[in-house]
Formats: sequence, C-alpha cells, structure tokens
Amino acid sequence: MSKNVGIVIVSHSPDVAKGAADMVRQMVGDDVPLAWCGGAPGGGLGTSVEAIMTAINAAWSEAGVAILVDLGGAETNSEMAIELLPEERRHRVVVCDAPVVEGAVMAGTEASAGSPLEHVRRTAEELRAA
Amino acid sequence: MTLEPALQRKLIQAVADQVIQHADELVALDQAVGDGDHGLNMKRGFEAVLVDLDKTAVLPTTEAFKAVGMALVMKVGGASGPLYGTLFMAMGKALPEQATLAGISDAFAAAIDAVKARGKSDVGAKTMLDVLVPLSVVLREGGPGLPSRLRASASAAAAATVPMKATRGRASFLGERSIGHMDPGARSSELIVHAILEVLEQEERA
Repeated sequence: MSKNVGIVIVSHSPDVAKGAADMVRQMVGDDVPLAWCGGAPGGGLGTSVEAIMTAINAAWSEAGVAILVDLGGAETNSEMAIELLPEERRHRVVVCDAPVVEGAVMAGTEASAGSPLEHVRRTAEELRAA
Repeated sequence: MTLEPALQRKLIQAVADQVIQHADELVALDQAVGDGDHGLNMKRGFEAVLVDLDKTAVLPTTEAFKAVGMALVMKVGGASGPLYGTLFMAMGKALPEQATLAGISDAFAAAIDAVKARGKSDVGAKTMLDVLVPLSVVLREGGPGLPSRLRASASAAAAATVPMKATRGRASFLGERSIGHMDPGARSSELIVHAILEVLEQEERA
C-alpha cells in the first residue's frame, strides 16, 4: 500500500471524473492511489454515495484520502459517504474546496511528494484563493 | 414509539407514491432554478424505498425511519439524498419512547437540525428548510385542527419560497434569477407532509 495520500475524483459525469483521473495519472504515474466515480445510482448524471465509498476504499492510504468534487450534490454525497465509513477511516478523509480538474492535478502532485493530507488539501484549495 | 405495521406500511407507501406521482412537476420546478434532476432523483430514491416495503413495514418505527433514510441516501444520486436521508434517519434516532406531541416535536426539531448541518444551511436560503422549520413551530403548538393547520403551513411555506433568492444549492448560481420560482425541495417537502397527513386523517375518520 502506498504511503502517499490517495486522491478520489467525484463528478456528476463519469466522463469528467475519468478524464480528470487520466490527467492526474499522467502527472504522477502510479505513485498516488487514485480512484474516480461519476453518475447517479443506476446511471444518468449525478453521484452515488455507494460508488464514492467504493472509490475511497480503492484509493485508501494510511496517509488518508483527499476527495475532489464538482458541484453541490457531489460534495454533500461525499460528506455522507465519509460519515458512513468505519470510525477509524472517517477522520482521514477530506473533501477539498477546489475546482475538480485543477484541484485533482494539484492535489495529486502534492500527494506524490509524500506530503501529509492537510498539505494536499491546502495545495488544492489555494486554487480558490488565486 | 411504535406504529402498527399496517399504518406504517400505509405511510411509507403514501409518501413514496406521492413523490413518484409528482416527479415530472419536481423536474419542471428544478429545471427553472437548478439542474432539473430533483424529480427523477427523488423518484429513484422512493422506488428503492418501495422495493424494501415488505421488510420496512414490519420494522420497529425507529428502524423503519432509518431504513427509509438510508435507501434515500444510497439511491437518490443528488444532494437531496443525504438531505432527506438525514431527515429520516435523524428523526428515527430521536423518536420518543411514548408518542407524545412534545416528544415528536423534539424529534422533528432534532431532525431539522441534522438537515441544517448536512446542508450547511438554514431558513431563508430557499430550500426545504423553509418548509420544515415553520412546520415544526406549528407542530409544537399543537391544539385543535392540527392536521389542517400543518397542511396549510406546508403549502404557505412552500409558496413563500417563490419570491426568495436562493443562497444555497444549485439555484444559488442563478442569484436574482432564482426569484419567482418555487424551490423544488420546498415543494417535495410539502408533498411529503401532505401525504403523511392524508393517511393520518383517514385513520382518524376510520
């Protein structure tokens, strides 16, 4: 298991989520655990709490997981998914307040340097202030 | 408190049917101010609730609330999943041992607080809270003719979201342009309340 923070990308659109993940993968190779999900349960645009939980577990790292989301429902569903995780994992997952594509690339790059979860989140969120 | 399984079944069925039957209307409302998926999302959620109806109807009432809430969380696919899911789950958790008005009012208030926390919102942002919060005030007051006053409160509160400017949710992207449309979440809350009241009034007449 990687020591680096994992990255999860959650979009209403599976195409957007996969595309953003491809860009992160190109930047950081296999150094960072990475997973994505998009689409409502049963298809169509939206997000699925169950799929988000699966993605968090797929990208799991002892250093924690940073989630990048696109729009409101993705954020609310991600927060719900975190609460449904086992207690010992719940406090090591954060939702970044950052644009999904740029945020994922920035977070992935920071994670690949071995930075702790809080640094990864802050790096992604600096995009908001800029 | 525990409801008779037959009544519990009727209540769940009525709420689900009501939401499913109004899916198109909720879609139309959401197309005006959001992304147009509220009706379809809620329909998918309550269809999942109906799939489990045989099991849920016979659960202790606290557990039934939690099961309905969890189905919505897992199946809705939009923010309304965790929001309505939290409302039902928190209500189930807070239900009193004895079915008193004060106890049920406290449980409803706790559920509303959980929705506020989940949505990081409060009254006045043009959301479902603008129906639920006024309703909780009427519920706590109690008194004669409570069902019809609850019904009227839900309708008046949903209508009162029309002139509001959205500051939370996708509708907030529209800013001033969100004014003049009813909030779809307020409307779905109104619909759910009406479905519950209809069943309870039928029971009372029977």
